[in-house]
Parts: sequence; C-alpha cells; structure tokens
Amino acid sequence: MVPLSYYLVLGGILFACGVTGFLIKRNIITIFMSIELMLNGVNLSFVAFAAHWHAVGGELRGLVPLSGQVFVFFVMVVAAAEAAVGLAIIIAVYRTRETLNVDQVNLLKL
Amino acid sequence: MTSSLNLWLIPVLPLAGAAINGFLGKRSSRTAVSTIALVFSGAALAWAFFVVWRVMTAVSSPLPYEEYFAHWIRSGSFTVDFAFYLDQLSLVMLLVVTGVGFLIHIYSVGYMWDDPSYYRFFTYLNLFMFFMLTLILANNYLLMFIGWEGVGLASYLLIGFWFTKDSAASAGKKAFIVNRIGDFGFLIGLFLLIQHFQSLNFTQVFAQVRPIPSETASAGFLTAVGLLLMVGACGKSAQIPLYVWLPDAMEGPTPVSALIHAATMVTAGVYMVARSHLIFERAPMALTVVAIIGTLTALFAATIGITQTDIKKVLAYSTVSQLGYMFMACGVGAFSAGIFHLMTHAFFKGLLFLGAGSVIHAVGGEQDMRKMGGLRSYIPWTTLTMGIATLAIAGIPPFAGFWSKDEILWRAYLANPIYWLIGVVTAFITSFYMFRLLFMTFAGEYRGAPTETPGHDTHGHTHGHDGHASPHESPMVMLVPLMILAVLSLLGGLVGIGDRFDHFLAPVFSSSAETAGEAAGKGMEYLFMGISVAVAALGFALAYVLYVSKPYLPQKIAASLGSFYETVLNKYYVDEIYATLFVKPLVEGSTRILWQGIDRKVIDDSINDAAGGARHVSDEVRQMQSGNLRSYAGWIAAGAAVVIAYMIWLGVGR
Repeated sequence: MVPLSYYLVLGGILFACGVTGFLIKRNIITIFMSIELMLNGVNLSFVAFAAHWHAVGGELRGLVPLSGQVFVFFVMVVAAAEAAVGLAIIIAVYRTRETLNVDQVNLLKL
Repeated sequence: MTSSLNLWLIPVLPLAGAAINGFLGKRSSRTAVSTIALVFSGAALAWAFFVVWRVMTAVSSPLPYEEYFAHWIRSGSFTVDFAFYLDQLSLVMLLVVTGVGFLIHIYSVGYMWDDPSYYRFFTYLNLFMFFMLTLILANNYLLMFIGWEGVGLASYLLIGFWFTKDSAASAGKKAFIVNRIGDFGFLIGLFLLIQHFQSLNFTQVFAQVRPIPSETASAGFLTAVGLLLMVGACGKSAQIPLYVWLPDAMEGPTPVSALIHAATMVTAGVYMVARSHLIFERAPMALTVVAIIGTLTALFAATIGITQTDIKKVLAYSTVSQLGYMFMACGVGAFSAGIFHLMTHAFFKGLLFLGAGSVIHAVGGEQDMRKMGGLRSYIPWTTLTMGIATLAIAGIPPFAGFWSKDEILWRAYLANPIYWLIGVVTAFITSFYMFRLLFMTFAGEYRGAPTETPGHDTHGHTHGHDGHASPHESPMVMLVPLMILAVLSLLGGLVGIGDRFDHFLAPVFSSSAETAGEAAGKGMEYLFMGISVAVAALGFALAYVLYVSKPYLPQKIAASLGSFYETVLNKYYVDEIYATLFVKPLVEGSTRILWQGIDRKVIDDSINDAAGGARHVSDEVRQMQSGNLRSYAGWIAAGAAVVIAYMIWLGVGR
C-alpha cells in the first residue's frame, strides 16, 4: 500500500504548481486553470486522508464515514459552478477590454 | 415696624427702565427713551425721599430696618437671602446715589442727544443704578458682591461705550481686569468670613465680631479679613496700587465719569470699609494699612493732577486723591467723616465733571485745557457752577468740601500728625491744581481754534446740527443739574456743622473713637481749620500767579525741574512699570508657554500628529490595493505561507 505521505506530497506539489501558476501567469484563462490545479491538490489530500482514516479504523472513534470523499464532490461541484461564472466574466471582460492580461485589468470601473 | 418700606422698589425701578429701554429702545424715539430713563430713575429718587420721610417722621426710629424677599442659597446652616438692610449709613448712600444719579440722568439727556446709541447709553445708566442700589441696600456681603460686580460691568460697558475707538475699548478692559484683582481679594475675604462665622449676613457677622477683642498684640484672622476687604476696596475705589484704571476710565462719556467714576461707584470701596467698620476697628494693623494707603494715594494722585492738561484727567486724579482722603478718614477710625466727605465729594465732583462736560460740549469735544481759556464770557453759567465746585473741593468755607475735609484732617491729626501733615500738603496741591484748571479753562484768552473742526471731535460727540463758530453755553437741560449740584456743593457741608452728621451716623459707628476728639478742645480744632483754609488760599494764590498774572512762569518752572517734572508728567511711569512687571510677562508667558507651548505644541500638535499619522499609515497601506490581481494573490500566498509557517512552528514547539 502506498503510504499517506506520498499522496500528501503529490497534493502539495499540485497545490504549489497552482500557486506558482497563479502568481506568474498573466492570462486569465491560465490563472483559472491554476486555480483548478490548487483545488485538485486539495481534493487529493481529502481522499488520501479519508482512505487513510478508514484504513486505521477512524469510524470506530467517531469519524463520519466517507466525509472526505463527499467534501471532494462538493469541491468539484463548486469548482464547476465557479468555472461557469468565471468563464462568463472572462468573456465579459474580454468584450469590454479586448485583453485577457490581468495586469491591464486593475480597475473595477471602466 | 408694622408697615413695609418697600425698599425693593428703589433698585427695581431703574432695572425696569433699563429693561424697557434695552429691549424697545432701538425702535423708540429719543424723547421716549429719555422719558423712560428719567421717569424710572426719578421714581427711584422719589421713593428714596419717601423712605427718608417715613423714617424721619416715625415715632420710634425704625432703623436698622431689614426687608426679606427670598432665600437665595441654603447649604446646611449657611444661608444667603435676597434681603435689604437700611440704616443711617445706607440711607445717606441711598440719597447720594439716587439724587446725584437722577441729576446726571437729566444732564445726559442734553449731553448725549446727538449720539447714535442714545438708547444704549440710558440702558446702561439705569442698569448701573440698579446694581449700585443693590450694593448699597444688600443685607449680606454676597448680595453686596453682586451689586459690586454689577457696577463693575456697567462701568466696563460705559467706559467702552464708544467701543469703535481702540483707546476706549482697551480702557474698558483695563478697568475690568484691574478690578478683578481687587475682587479676588474681596472674595477670599468673604470665604474667610464664611469659614469663621458660617454667615455673610451683616447683622449675624457683626454680632459675632462684636465680642472679639481687638487684635492689638498680633495680627489675626480679623486683620486678614480686613486686609483682603481692603484689596477689594483698593480695586473699586482706585487706590494705590490699583488706581491705574480710573484715569483711563475717562474715555467714557463725561456723564459716566461724573456718575460712576466720581460720585458713586468708586466710593463703593469706602462704603464697604465703613460697613465693615466693626471688623476694621478690631484689626488695628489693617486699619493702619487703610490709613497709609489712603494718605499716600491722596498725595500721589494730587501731584500727578498738577501736570495733566486733559481737563478730565485732572479731575480723574483729583477723584483718586479725594478717595484717598476718605480712606485716610476710615483708616484713623473716623468713618463718619469719611462718609461725610463721600457725600460732599459726590456733590462737588459730580458737578466738576458735569461742568467739564459742559465745557467740552461748548468747545466741540476738545479736552486739552491748553486749547481752552477765556471761556467765562462764552459760558457764564458753567463758569459760575464750576467755580463753586472748585471752591468746594479746595476747601474754602462755607462750601461743602471745607467741612468734610477739615473734619478728616482734624481726625487724622488726632490719630497721627504725619497723616495730617500729608493731608494738608495734599489740600494745598488740590487747591492749586483745581484753580489751575479753573484759570486755564475760563480765564485769559480763548486759545482754541475759532471754528470747530471735526478732528477735535475725539469723543464721538458731534454738534453738527448747527455750525456755531464760537464756544456756546449748554442747553437748559444740562445747566439745571449743574445749578442744583452747585447749590448742594454750597450748602451740603452745612449738615456737618456741630457734628450733626456724626450724630446722625452714630447708631452705625457706635465706637469709642468717635468721641476722642472732643477732649482735645475746640481751640485746637479752630486753629487747624485756619491752617487748612490758609493752605487752600495759598493754593489759589499760587495758581493765580502762575496761570493768570504770569502765565510764562509754569514753563520755566517745569524746565528747571527737568527730569522730576518729566516723571510726574508721565504719571510716575506707573503704567509703564506695571506693563513691564505684570502685563508684559503675562502676555509673553501666555504667548510663549500657554499659546505657542501648550496650546499649539501639545494640544494642537498631538491632534494633528494623530491625524497625520493615520493618513501616513493609510497612504502606505493604500499602496497594497493596487487593483493588480497578481499582487493580491501574492499577498494571499504570503499570508498563507506565514500562517503555515506559524502552525509548523507550533507543531515543532510542542
């Protein structure tokens, strides 16, 4: 069995990639994808922990079964909703400013 | 006393006049304003006469009479009432204030007729009457203090009556501030009285003072009270060292100078000391201080009077000097003589000021005596009445001033010949400078400009309605009060013949000192009478020689005296000394420490720095909100990193 720490390190790497992408990329679409990367890093940790606690008999000590997995589904749903709204905003921004460079989009008002 | 005297009417009537004129006067005609002012002050006089008539015709003397209206302050056993007290002393003051006050009201109708603020003048004048009568009639020190402060207020308002003129406004302030110094002493004295006697009521305080033995051995509590009261009296009655405000008070209209700064208000200090005579009699040291201050002031002010050329300034210093006489009298225990002089002084000094006003009126606002002269042919009535007043103040019998001044000098001699000597020298100087004033103004040739020029109109007093080319006599409304006062100056002293005035006041001043003079014999008294008359005559002669027969001499004498003359001419530089010693350090200290130091450096700066600091920090913090998405993300990441590092550190530490 793969130890827990492997999953956590991978999740951390995914999250760090997401943060780095968020910070250094200028294109909104790329930034958006970086956010997805961070979310999935977190999701990986969730399921890893859930599997780990299930394996060590966490339910016997009051842990709610499958809660980690359920959280992951929540995150996916929210991410999907966010993607829908976010992409709509991106299109609106592109229509008004004709750019997707976030450094040029620094004012809320036009 | 079965029936009430209704004393309250006397002060309240002028107050009503002041209220009516004050609220409605602006829209009323001059006739209406003067009618109201005269009716109400005249009614006060009439009621005062009625009170006198009732008192005199009563079978058994109703004095001292007390009239209670309401409680004012109640604090445990300590109470202060709105209540009036009438005895022989306040009766005399009552007649002087209402009588002279009414006459000056009449005079003012003529004198102030052309002033744009006619109604304001009469409002203040009536208000003054109210406060002065409250001061006189109060049955306790606190109510007296209300009157005391009230007349101070009225005085301030009237000195600064022409407040658009800088000198008048600052003279008003000066009078008010100098008086505050005196009032400070007065108040502390009252606190001491409360502490010891739990009362400020005259009757109660004096009943408790009476059994206390005289503090001859060492100065005690009564001496402290006496000295503190004297500080108050020094302020109000313009004695050394607080006399400096009175000469400046001449910036006010002349009727005000006559009423407030000569006849009535400035004598309040004398009245207060006389009222507190039981305290002073038991504090010989305080009494000595009173006598010394009075004597020195009399001489000091008289010498300044010689050199002044402003007709009102001469009279102002003369007032200070005469008040010194009154304090000298009180200081040697001759309270009734002091009050007697107070009364005669009110007549002749009121007359002198009104006469001076008439002169100023005649020459179109000019006050410099060097630009007068020869006025006797232009204004005969003023000349005549001024002459009578001058004879009265110089102490020529049978005029009023002779009797009272002689009484004071005689009593001063009995106490200490040095007082007498200085008093006689002062009498000589008084006679000299008063005749100097008379000759400079009325004798010789007219030295003024033939036609009046607006430039001379220093007192805002305009006579533009008829362009007269030469000095003119004042209207009847001004002359009648002059004549009445002249009669009083002529005959007012006769009430003192045969110690009748003494006997009238005897129930108030029932002290052993009053009879001390009888033993020394009448012969001596006549001798001293002769000396004072001779001295007055000498003053007259000297003034005649210097200002009528040899008018070139004064210049030479002044030149030969050199710097001494300069010193006296500049009033001994007292104003300058006060300015250097007190005013400048105070102003400088206030400016540097209180204003620049504390107010600006501490208070303002702490507030400004707090505000500036907040803005500075905000400016820095604002930079973080650039609108740049990636910088926000950076901050979030950095924050998260810090939190994670902290949590790891916590985990390691455990």
